[in-house]
Amino acid sequence: MTSTPHTPRPGSRLRSPRGAALRACAVFSVAALALASCGGSSEPAESGDEVPEAAVAEDQDLVVALTTDVDNLLPWTATQFQATNVLRNIYGTLTELDHDLEVVPGLAEDWEISDDGLTATFHLREGVTFFDGTELTAEDVVASFEAIQDPDTAAAAATNLASVESIEATDDHTVTMNLSTPDTALFSKVALGNAAILPADADLEELETEPNGTGPFSLSERVANDSLTLEANPDYWGEGPQLDTVEFRVIPDESAIVSALQAGSVHMATFDDPLVADTIGAGVEILETPQLTYHVLQLRADEEPLDDVNVRRALACTIDRQEVLDSAAMGAGEVVGPFTSPAHLSDPGSRPCPEPDLDRAEEYLAEAGYEDGLELSAIVMSDGYSTAVAEGETIQAQLAQVGIDLSLEVLESGSYVDRWVDADFTLAVARNAGNPDPDVTYGRYFRSDGNFNEVAGYRSDALDELFEQGLAETDEEARAEIYEEISDYLEEQAVWIWLFAGYEYTALTEGVSGYTAMANSSMQGLREAVLVDH
Amino acid sequence: MAHVTKNHRMPQKKGAVLHSLRSSPTVRRLVGALGTLFGVAITVFVMLRALPGDQITAAYGIEAAGLTEEQRETLRAYYGLDQPLIVQFFTWLGNVVTGNLGYSSRTNQSVLEMTLLSLPVTLQLAVLSILVALLIGIPLGMLSASRPNAARDWLGQGIGLAGLGVPNFLLATFLLGLAAQVWGFNPNGLGYASPWENLWLNLQQMMMPSLVLGFAVAAPVMRTTRTAVLEVRSLDFIRTAKAKGVPPRRLRWSHILRNALVPVVTMTGMQFGFLLGGAVVMEQIFSLPGLGRQVLLGMNQQEYAVVQSTVLVIALLFVIVNLLTDLLYRKIDPRVRAD
Repeated sequence: MTSTPHTPRPGSRLRSPRGAALRACAVFSVAALALASCGGSSEPAESGDEVPEAAVAEDQDLVVALTTDVDNLLPWTATQFQATNVLRNIYGTLTELDHDLEVVPGLAEDWEISDDGLTATFHLREGVTFFDGTELTAEDVVASFEAIQDPDTAAAAATNLASVESIEATDDHTVTMNLSTPDTALFSKVALGNAAILPADADLEELETEPNGTGPFSLSERVANDSLTLEANPDYWGEGPQLDTVEFRVIPDESAIVSALQAGSVHMATFDDPLVADTIGAGVEILETPQLTYHVLQLRADEEPLDDVNVRRALACTIDRQEVLDSAAMGAGEVVGPFTSPAHLSDPGSRPCPEPDLDRAEEYLAEAGYEDGLELSAIVMSDGYSTAVAEGETIQAQLAQVGIDLSLEVLESGSYVDRWVDADFTLAVARNAGNPDPDVTYGRYFRSDGNFNEVAGYRSDALDELFEQGLAETDEEARAEIYEEISDYLEEQAVWIWLFAGYEYTALTEGVSGYTAMANSSMQGLREAVLVDH
Repeated sequence: MAHVTKNHRMPQKKGAVLHSLRSSPTVRRLVGALGTLFGVAITVFVMLRALPGDQITAAYGIEAAGLTEEQRETLRAYYGLDQPLIVQFFTWLGNVVTGNLGYSSRTNQSVLEMTLLSLPVTLQLAVLSILVALLIGIPLGMLSASRPNAARDWLGQGIGLAGLGVPNFLLATFLLGLAAQVWGFNPNGLGYASPWENLWLNLQQMMMPSLVLGFAVAAPVMRTTRTAVLEVRSLDFIRTAKAKGVPPRRLRWSHILRNALVPVVTMTGMQFGFLLGGAVVMEQIFSLPGLGRQVLLGMNQQEYAVVQSTVLVIALLFVIVNLLTDLLYRKIDPRVRAD
């Protein structure tokens, strides 16, 4: 087994060996982009920029294919991939993430935190208006955050604002938040779409049919079960958008999406299955973007026999992550540790058993009193994403080498989520969302007061303390070190077994330019996209 | 005495009325249809509840684990899940009877509004498929029957078998991919157009799915036609007609086919159920926003009212088509009218 050197994970890039890149080069030259990007550089790849005036197409109506209908138009409670992506283009947040997932100004032009870390002040951009023409003021921010914290709203971001004790409008364009504990992740948390700013006097029911945001696009038309169309917001505070309309069209079948791309009926679609991306071929450019989302074997240390660290370590030393990646995802991804964001990337080479070590695994088992083997059971999702069952089967075969008999409970996604949410499992083959900020990613899982801690099944005073330090530390470098310590701790205690992070494939037809795919699957790049003649 | 007589006569009269009602085929069928619909309603209702998860986990996914008990209570009340099952059932059924099919929080539309958009799509697909099936099946069946066991019979039966044997989702995916890749023809990717919006595009979008579905249904149509034609041809009245000098063409169309059509009509009516099921698959592959997609998307979000009401609409459709089939073959076959 060759060792996998730890390499920084690059941003999205064109797929190189599969022919699409060559054709993409043709597109690129038309779009007057430096030909150098066709060599397969590891820069975050965009589908061309700096489009000369003349090449801009007259028709600026872009169509994105989605496999299912948007399920919610209220940003505070939307969690579905399709819904969050549409809403990201309609509503604004105080801060935003740029292409490299760095926190940058959004509705707030700048912000500061007091020396004791307990007062955060946001200075709002002036002259921002909602679609209905009313101006954005500090009152809107206060009302939105108070609503998110209200249990009646059932907002998904409520837990992210847990440190916010009170919030007030100091003047028309200044918002002050008083925190109960220091929270350096706050500026990253308010960048999430679930923390969108709505008008203070918003009638939520009305907003579901007539969204009133500050984003680059507003809702123009919705045909239930069929399509949703956005149109450019001429009063958008930022640059762009260049597109006139973006239609999100429901095409449930992935192979039908492939056909639609080939025939040019739609301009853009995303896939997580490398096989599908491979079948598209001519005239379609594929961006391959490493994802923050990570594949993991979740262990619940609350359950016997996983409460014994030696059993967990035995699992960690037996499982060959590279093999799981190769056999389940055809190698389309990278072996990762706990943190997948570029700024806090864990080094999978530094874990206790970077390569499988069966002797050591057997020693751990003997120490735990299981030299004659043991039986375990894992839940696996049968649908939802393409690699789950294959991951489970590979792990099952690997564990059999040391006498661990893993049975797989393959469940339809509804039952899987039910069991997962109720923490009704010992092991789970899972795919969890990552976040640019390390505290947002794992604070809710591994802090003993985190709202997912029961599901995570592990807690310790040491972790609690580290997470607290991480939130209090304002120096970036020192903060990064704390999370590195957390990463090492998680691996050393074999709390979970982190496997790999896959790619997302963004298919763009010829003529789509300026779009950037992001590691958090956000489609905010639509505001920069433009259609060019080809 | 009079008192007794009165009492005697009343039940007799009532019984007679009831008896004649019960024996009236129309009433009997209507009662049967209502029973069927009620059975479907209960079955869907129970099956949906037996599925793991609810609308909260469907809407929030794993984020549901992060909801506090307070938030959960709010949501349960919002989705109406805090009511006892029996109350949920009869509230829904009561609403349906008064024309209120429920509300979808996902689309912010009533199920009735959604159904008014999706029902025509599925109906059009089913009707076009039936047409395709009859246009292929009947001539092919007659061709086969014209000389049993000859080459043309094998050809006809072979095509019929192919229609039965090729899984239609496979054929559909193949056709869709082929047309897009080779000719760049992909009307179904352009977003659904209703006939009154853009008839030409609409027909293009309906072409491939109705061909695929129609081809599958053409097989049983063909076989039924063949058998029926062979049977009718051997009957006495055909020999009589022949002897009377009826020209062969007239004999074939108005004597043989007319009589052979009775089982074909019955069979086509029965195939309608299959078509509604097949339409779900076709709508999925050819991206048509019909009843099938409405049910599937409702299922994904565990929107009970959407699934229950839509399935009930589909069942109603099925029942109506069966009643119509009955009427139609009474019209074709005068002998049925007699009883």
